[in-house]
This record gives sequence, structure tokens and C-alpha cells, in this order.
Amino acid sequence: MEIHRQKYFGKFGGMYVPSILETTFDELTQAYQEARSDPAFWDGFAQYMRSYSGRPTPLTFAENLTGYLGGAKIYIKREDLNHTGAHKINNVIGQGLLAKRMGKKRVIAETGAGQHGVATATMAAKFGFECEIYMGEVDVKRQRPNVFWMEKLGAKVNVVKDGTRTLKDAINATFRDWAYSMETTHYVLGTACGPYPFPEMVAWFQSIVGKEAKKQILDVEDRLPNHVYACVGGGSNSLGIFSGFMDDKDVELVGVEAGGLGLDTGKHAARLASKDGKIGIAEGMKTVFLQTEEGQMMETHSISAGLDYVGISPILADLHERKRIRFEAATDDEVVEALRLALRKEGIVPALESAHAFAQAFKEAPRMGKDEIIVINQSGRGDKDIFTVADALKDRAWEDFIIQKAEEYRAGR
Amino acid sequence: MLEDRIRAARKRKRLLLMPHLVLGYPSFESNRELIRTMVESGADIIEMQIPFSDPMADGPVILKANDAAVRNGVTTSQCLAFAKEICALYPETIFLFMTYANVPFVYGLENFVKVAADAGILGLIIPDLPPEEGAEYLSACERNDVAPIFLFTPTNTPERLRVLASYCRGLVYCVGRTGVTGIKTKIDDALGAMIQRYKSMTTLPIGLGFGLQSKKDIDALPKDVDIAIIGTKILTLHNEGGAKAVGQFLRELAA
Ligand SMILES: Cc1ncc(COP(=O)(O)O)c(C=O)c1O
Repeated sequence: MEIHRQKYFGKFGGMYVPSILETTFDELTQAYQEARSDPAFWDGFAQYMRSYSGRPTPLTFAENLTGYLGGAKIYIKREDLNHTGAHKINNVIGQGLLAKRMGKKRVIAETGAGQHGVATATMAAKFGFECEIYMGEVDVKRQRPNVFWMEKLGAKVNVVKDGTRTLKDAINATFRDWAYSMETTHYVLGTACGPYPFPEMVAWFQSIVGKEAKKQILDVEDRLPNHVYACVGGGSNSLGIFSGFMDDKDVELVGVEAGGLGLDTGKHAARLASKDGKIGIAEGMKTVFLQTEEGQMMETHSISAGLDYVGISPILADLHERKRIRFEAATDDEVVEALRLALRKEGIVPALESAHAFAQAFKEAPRMGKDEIIVINQSGRGDKDIFTVADALKDRAWEDFIIQKAEEYRAGR
Repeated sequence: MLEDRIRAARKRKRLLLMPHLVLGYPSFESNRELIRTMVESGADIIEMQIPFSDPMADGPVILKANDAAVRNGVTTSQCLAFAKEICALYPETIFLFMTYANVPFVYGLENFVKVAADAGILGLIIPDLPPEEGAEYLSACERNDVAPIFLFTPTNTPERLRVLASYCRGLVYCVGRTGVTGIKTKIDDALGAMIQRYKSMTTLPIGLGFGLQSKKDIDALPKDVDIAIIGTKILTLHNEGGAKAVGQFLRELAA
């Protein structure tokens, strides 16, 4: 089978890979392309997602939010109801099956929010792989519950203290591990970024979300939605749900990035929705990055660890340039407000990442006609964010509880 | 040009020494002192790394130096100006740039290669820019008579080595083992066989890097190695004992 190097999406993507990793990428590309052209592989994957992760996830009609906002009819795709609580498991099981096919014994992964790390550790436990996770020090602090679960699942969690100590540094650290370990090890990259074939492969596994969502909305409404909203970190959940509607030109696709403290503050992670993003090369791909005039990657900011990333999927950068997807940003404050509203009105707990999609949809829905339909992708659930959310809501009772707990621990030592 | 310079130097010396440093780390002033010491202590080729925030192919020691230099606000223009000054100061020494693809890409690839060439830089090492992604880079190098240097690694297939060799100029940068920079290479028969394999793919001078630690390692190097590349060890010595320690080490190696 011929290996296609240098795979681009418009002018974005490519394989900016050090020569030490070239053979591994050739091997992965071949395994991926073979799996992709083998219908039995997808069937096996879909079956696994049914029996292990509870797919198909429901499409929930948000009746109360619809009434409250007074505009478009709102549906929510419930990726939070996956096993491990986020869409990340779709990609992880897919790559796990591929790693088995390739005869690998060990898996490694980067993680930001920790959702991808937990999903990878879960898959490793289930499939019998050894597992190591790389996570930036900043993210370890804000997503401690996920670190706890990764370790209980049997994974070794390596705290990355280089650079900005967030997701990009974790990705670099994982590539460094891979350069030693590739013979036995598969790198389960967690989003639609990095060198080819990762962007395309991750988007392929996540397309299970869009396939379901399209069928589900047609089942209940007998027509397509007018707008689909998804949050965008690296781009995997958005590409997943958007893929179901990509060819339906009348469906507007809206990607929501982290607006942080505001687009004019410099403290955000909006690569496409702000004016700050510039084309560059890092983490093995050519795409839009938040970088200095000198081409150094910048520190980004978001209340959500999973969206706090300097780069973006090359597939999304291309779709943005071709104007197929509109990119917006939601600020930290808007996100917390949206989370509060979703909790109260629908009894659902979106992850802070997902709440970005909610926030943007909530801004726009009231201006839409009652005959319009929107779908929001709830990429994950917010349990992991309890510390961050409690802080954002300044919840005194929670603070008291933590203080009391700390005192108990201290007394017990 | 680079290849000729290396061959000329090799006529006078069996093994050339190629130490590495990170520009702007801890400062350009310190770089000046270090380079002077390197030149006086027997360095034949000096690899100057332009710092980058995301150096994916470097180990922890060089990574930290990159981080610090980036935080110091080191710019590409400063590095180019520094190279011009240094190349003029030490015309007998060969100077190379090492960096990551984004640095020249954002500066303007064509312009970067031209300004580097005008400064006196003879070769470029960009580990995350394989030939397939580097059409513009390769033609800029050719026009400006700068050598694009590619890495041969133990994991590359013979077919791949042949492709890399066909684009590589000046010298081949051979990696002694899998992994990123800074891990010790075991000098043994396997290495000899590996160098044989590399040698059969190219007529260019062979540089061997990644993990050289001591005079003993140098003495045990296979005969086909023309250049000993020393990165992490030099940086560690510099961090611990300054330029003096580096000078002492290089003189030991050259003895
Ligand atoms: C729940 C959730 N949503 C979204 C993201 C963002 O990633 P992506 O853009 O790849 O979907 C993350 C990443 O950690 C996540 O955990």
C-alpha cells in the first residue's frame, strides 16, 4: 500500500516530523489507511462503543432553555453520557483498536483537561496496555480529580514542567517519549492536531458523533438543524459533530473558542475568532497558532483546561478559511453563566469546555425565529471541574468543606 | 562549500569537534565568551541553536535553555546579527545554525536563509522540517550556497536514508540511538554497524551526535566518523562550570 506523506488540508496540516519518528508515522499511516478502507474495522469500533460506552448518546430536547430564551428550538447532543464522561473516549477506543492491530503493548498520551488522559487510561486498563500520561503542571493543579482517576486506573501520570506547563508542552513531552519507545508504544493523540494522519484519523473516529446526531435530529424533526454549536480546543468534538452536516450547506456550523478574559486582553485561546492567530509550524503541523512576532508560542488563557491550547486542528483552519465554519469566542464569565443556566434549566452539567458552545448558542438563540433549530454539542460533563466551578461561583460552603477536609488530613498525619 | 571546508579541516585532523550552544542563553555576552573558549580549545564546527518555545526533538537540558532564552526575549534578528559578528571574528571556524521550522518560517524562509548565508553561516539543521515539507527551504539553500543538513537515525529504513541523503549537503548528522538529545550512546559493535549502514548511503562527511560524554567515547568511535557532535554534555558543563569547564573538556577531547 502506498504511503501518502505530507497530507494537507488546503494550506494547513503536513507532517513536520523529526526523522527519528518517520518510520513510526509511516507505520501508523499505513495501519490507519488500511483500517479506514476496511468496513469491518468501523463496525467493530461502533459495536465496541455501543457495548462499552453506551452509544448512541441521546439527543436531548432542551425544552426549558428553549422557552426561557424564546428563540430557536434547542437540542443537546449528550457526549457527556459516554463512559468516562466526554467525547474523548470515541477517539481513544478507535486508536486502541488500531494499536492492537499494530501489536503495540504500551500507550502514551498528552492531556489537558484530563478527560483524554482518563479515557486513555480506561482504554489501557480494558485492552491490557501499559499506560503513561503527560500533563502540564498548570493542568494537574486545576484538574486534580482526573489525575486521581488516571492513577487509580493504573496509568503513570508525568507532570510536565516545561514551557507554559500546559497542553502544548504535554504534547511535546509525549513526542519525546515516543522517540524512545515507538517500537512497543502507540501515541494516542487526543485531538485532531499534530502531524498527519492524526488530524484526519481523530476526526474520523469522532465522526460517530455527527453520524448519530444527524440521524437523531431527522428522526425527531424530520429536517436538518439551522445551526450547530461546538466548543473548539484542538478540534475533535467539533469536527465530530460538524462532520454529520458538513455537506449540508444550509446548516451553519459554529465553532466556539475560549475567549478567556476577553479577546482584547491578550488572555484567551481564540486562534481563529481573534485577530491574534498567525500561521506557523509546531507540534508537527502547519496551522494557525497564537504566537509572538518572532514565532514563539504564547501563553494562552482559559477557564477550561481543555480549550487552553495555542494551536488548532489544521482541518478547522482550512474550513475557517473556506468560510464553512464560523468561529466565535465565549469569555470565562459568559461560560460560568451559561453553565449555571444549563444546570438550573435542564438539570445537565456541561464541562467548562462544552459550556463555551452553550454560551455562544445562548447569545444567539433569542434572536432566532421559533421555527429555527439548533444543536449544541455537550462534549463532556462538568464533574471534573468542581474545584474550578466552585471558585468561579465563590461557593463559601464548598470552601468551608475543603478547609475542614484539609484540617482533617493534616491532623491525621 | 560546507563539505569542502570540512574535508579541508579533516586533512589536518582525524576527528573534528562540533560543540553546540543555545543563542541568548544565558545571554549573548556569555555566548561570546563561550565561543571564544570553544575556538581556542579545538572546536572546528560550532552549532548555534536559535531558541524556540517548543523544541520537540530536544531533551530536558537543551529544552530548559530554550525556555530561558525565549523568556529572555531573544529574537531571530538578534541571532542573525550575532552570527554575522561571530563568523567575521573567527573565519577559520565553521558555524551552523540549528533551529525549528517555525523560526525561519515566521521570519520569512527565503530571507532567513539569505541573511544567514550573508552572515557566514554554512549549514542549517532544522529537525522538524523533512525534505517533503521543505521545497522552498531546499531551493533557498541551493541559491544561497548553504547546506541543508538532515538527520540519519537508527529507525530510518534504507530507502528513507537514501531519500534523506539525496537532499542532504555538507555533512550528515547521524544519531547514535533512538530518542531525543541528551542520552548516552553506548559505543559498541552495534554503533559500528550502524555507521557502516549510514556510510553506505552517502559520500558526505559523517557527524555523530547525541550522547557523547568523555574522551573514552571519542577514542572508541568508529573510524568512519568524521565529526563528533557534542550537545547536552557541553551545555551541562557550561551550566555547572562556565566556559572554563567547557574549554577544559574540549581540550581533553582534542588531545
Ligand atoms: C469535555 C471536553 N470538551 C472539549 C475539549 C476540547 O478538545 P476538542 O476541541 O479536541 O474537542 C476537551 C479537551 O480536553 C474536553 O475535555
